Order: sequence, then structure tokens, then C-alpha cells
Amino acid sequence: MKNLISKKTSADHDIERLIGLQLRFGVITASLIVLIGGLIYLKQFGAQAVPHYHLFIGTKAGYTSLDEIFKGAYTVNAKGIVELGVVALIITPILRIAFSLVGFIIEKDKLYTWITFTVLVIMMTSIFGGLKI
Amino acid sequence: MTILTFTLILLAGAYLAGLVGSLTGLGGGVVIIPLLTLVFHVDIRYAIGAALLASIANSSGAASAYVKEGITNIRLGMFLEIATTIGAVGGAVIAVYTATNTIAILFGAILLFSAYMTIRKKNQEVLTTGSNMALKMKLNSTYPGKDGEVAYQLKNVGAGFSIMTLAGVLSGLLGIGSGALKVLAMDSTMHIPFKVSTTTSNFMIGVTAAASAVIYLQRGYMDAGIAFPVVLGVLAGAFTGSKLLTRLDPKVLKYIFCVAISFVALEMIYNGYHHQF
Repeated sequence: MKNLISKKTSADHDIERLIGLQLRFGVITASLIVLIGGLIYLKQFGAQAVPHYHLFIGTKAGYTSLDEIFKGAYTVNAKGIVELGVVALIITPILRIAFSLVGFIIEKDKLYTWITFTVLVIMMTSIFGGLKI
Repeated sequence: MTILTFTLILLAGAYLAGLVGSLTGLGGGVVIIPLLTLVFHVDIRYAIGAALLASIANSSGAASAYVKEGITNIRLGMFLEIATTIGAVGGAVIAVYTATNTIAILFGAILLFSAYMTIRKKNQEVLTTGSNMALKMKLNSTYPGKDGEVAYQLKNVGAGFSIMTLAGVLSGLLGIGSGALKVLAMDSTMHIPFKVSTTTSNFMIGVTAAASAVIYLQRGYMDAGIAFPVVLGVLAGAFTGSKLLTRLDPKVLKYIFCVAISFVALEMIYNGYHHQF
């Protein structure tokens, strides 16, 4: 008789533990970077009036590309550091997919290696596909 | 108002949003958008950017706990993420061509639907014979119950996949996790026990939100001055919420909150209709 339930293997549990740790690590790292950038931002601009957030200025505000963000963070620019934390936060679930991919390859689960690979390709299209406009 | 005052008020608001979002299962993003647009009169595009970040932070933070407990169905999540990420990228692309008032009205409608989904009866039953497709895709699994592992199977994989694509589009368009639609797909359509469907939905929200977040980041939707208090506030609130959840049953709170959120939804629709965004 065919086994109707796909039982969880010990490798499955290892992957689950690893993914859990990676997600937690990612969120903590990202929020620490955001906190540092935020504190510098408050120290520098805290006394100024709130920007006109009811008007959307889009990319004119700067720090909308990895290049700008890295340069900003490198020169200890407050907004650059906050945006670096934002990037770290966005990368966390993407890294999770990459971890799962490795896990399914180790388990020799061909079907799910392909499914995970597909999700990763969609994410990469979103990042590098020039879908901005 | 100075930036310091704005940051502190927003931090407190985001904390409450994260707390309420985690206690009711609606997620922090749903509360952040009306808070920013209706209270602070921030452009809805900045609000969407901030809400996406809140969704990612919330999802990744909570998922790390559930995954470790073995409740989340990782294969199912991964399979359905094909649908949600394609949808989310599509949603972020069409967002440029959608008027902000239309987005506000759509958001209000989804908010009403989410409130309804939160208070409706949950699927507690376990399906013992699923469809062929579920078997072929290795989607049937087990989860830790009171008396050991509970095995479950599922059906209507195609229909679930389609609803997930729609959930992805709305997530990309509105900047929310659209957890309510995800649960509808898994819980009501695929007949997955709700403990598994809520945690798997939460697990997927991070990836779905990240798929459109990278596009929004490049468009300048994620302002540092807003992102900073929102991310930290929502995370702290969600953390407090998860600690409280083990000690209290938020049933009454859920009803109060759903009524409140319905009024907020109606205001979003009303303002959107009168071109206030």
C-alpha cells in the first residue's frame, strides 16, 4: 500500500530549526540597524519640523537604490543607515527561501527543489527585473 | 510638530498596531495604513511602504517561533508562494497605474472582509482523505496536537492556488499581508486545520511582502523617517502580543476590534470616494 502521509523526516526538523533561527537572526539584525540609524536621525533632525508627508516625492528623497543606500550607510548618514536596515529586513525572507532550497537539495526532494527554485527566480525578477515603473 | 514628537507618537501608535494586530491575527500592516493616512495625513504611498515593512517584520518574527514548533507546513507554504509572489509582483506593477483613491476604497473593502474573517467560525476538523493532487504535490502532513502528532490531508489544490494569486495581487497593491484571504484559501477551500493554516499563512506573508517591497523601495515608498518608528514599534507590539496570547483569550477583544476596524474601513471608503487621498 502506498504511504498516504508524507512523514516528516529528521532532516525536515533540522531544516525547520535552521529556518527558525535564520528568521529570528535576520529580524534582530535589521531592527538593530534601524534603531542605530533612527537614533542618529533623531539626534540630527529631531528638532526640525516634520517633512510634508502628505506630498509624495518618491525617488527624489534619495536612498532608493542599493548603491545610494550603501554609500549613505558607509558615510554614516542617518537615513542611509535606516534604509540599510530596511534592506536587511527585506532580505530576511528571501534568504529563508535560499536556505529552504539548500535543505530540499540535501533531502534530494526533486519536486520541492524545483518549486523553491521557481519562487527564488520570481524574487530575483522582482529585484533585478527593472519593474520599478 | 517636530520630527521628535512625530516619531514618538508614531512609535506608540505602531506599538499598539503591532499589539492589536498580533492579538487578533490581523497583522500590524492593516492597522498602520489607516493610522498613517487618517490620523497623520501621510500620503497613502508612504503608508503602503511602511505597512509592507511592518508585515515582513511581523511575519518573520512570529514565523521563527511557529516553524520551530513544527506547526507550519513548509512544503505547502513554498508551493503556494509561487502563486503569492507572482501575484505580489503583478500587484506592485499595476499599483503605478491605479489612482490612490481607488487603492483606499479597495483597502477599506479588504479591511471589512478581514474583520469578518477574524470572527467567523474556524475549521477545526481534520480531513483524512485528500485529493490526488495534494498527494502528488506532497502537501499532506502532520502537526503537533494535544495527544501527539495529528495527520491531515487537503483538497481543492487548484482553487486554493488561484485564491492565493489574488491574495498576492492585493498584497502587492495595498501593502498588506492579506492574511485573511490566505486563510480563506487554506482554511475554507483546501480544508486545512486552522492552526496550520494561520501559521503557514503567517510564514508566507514575509516572502509575499518582500516580493513587492523591493519594487516599492526603488520607487521611494519607504521613507526612513516613517519606516524607523513603524518597524520598531510594530515589532515590539507584536512581541508583547505573542507573550500575552499565551495568558489570555482575546475573544472579547477580537469582537471589539472587529467593530472598530469596520468603522475605520468605512471611513477609508468614504474618504476614497470623496477623493481625499
